[in-house]
Amino acid sequence: MSLIFAAAAEVSQAAETASHIDWWSVVSKVGTVVSMIAGLFFILAGTIGVLRLPDFYTRLHAAGMTDTLGAELILLALIFQCDNLQMVLKLLLVAFFLLVTSPTATHAVAHAAYRAGLKPLLGEYRAPELEEDAP
Amino acid sequence: MSPLMGYFMLGSAILIIVSMALMLARLIGGPTLYDRLLAVNSFGTKTVLFLCIFCFIIGRPDGVDIALLYALMNFIATIAVLKFFNYRALDVTLPRGRTGGNTADGGDAL
Repeated sequence: MSLIFAAAAEVSQAAETASHIDWWSVVSKVGTVVSMIAGLFFILAGTIGVLRLPDFYTRLHAAGMTDTLGAELILLALIFQCDNLQMVLKLLLVAFFLLVTSPTATHAVAHAAYRAGLKPLLGEYRAPELEEDAP
Repeated sequence: MSPLMGYFMLGSAILIIVSMALMLARLIGGPTLYDRLLAVNSFGTKTVLFLCIFCFIIGRPDGVDIALLYALMNFIATIAVLKFFNYRALDVTLPRGRTGGNTADGGDAL
């Protein structure tokens, strides 16, 4: 509750000091919060998938894509908070290398496991039972 | 950076650390080698993100260079471990210009 009061005081103070609204400040804060929360959601979902899924290939499926997207979103959230061009370029470089190397490493692990003879867990898919009362 | 945004960054860093700790469980208890490699790779990605957020929290943006270095080293380490467990040696010349076929010594290009 005190954090909400602090946020409200900050916003009102910013409105008093500036006669017009500082739109870039609002956009950067909202963009940071939204993309950071989305990135943390993807990271945590991927981790829970790696812990709970039954098979190596399904775990790889959970970890590979969510890690890439979550990392890009969190780095985007940090780019919104930068104040000079040098930091923006460094973070863009980190984002580019993560975007290139993370799917490549995932593919290499999957290919090596497949070549080594690791079998996926196979089974028949059963559709859920339908209710028979509908005409 | 306002103190409220600092608290938000701190919470994000703590959540990333929780995610790294959960990934350690798969690293220790993974049934196969490839599960462990997957956990190590994902752990490295999360380490890069944690380093970037931590540099913003303490206000010293030099550590992003270390994060960049760690991202590259993580990829190279994954490929090197895969190559070692495929060929049982690291000084093997990988065949070039082919994708997916078996080589003469029974191995395969990564």
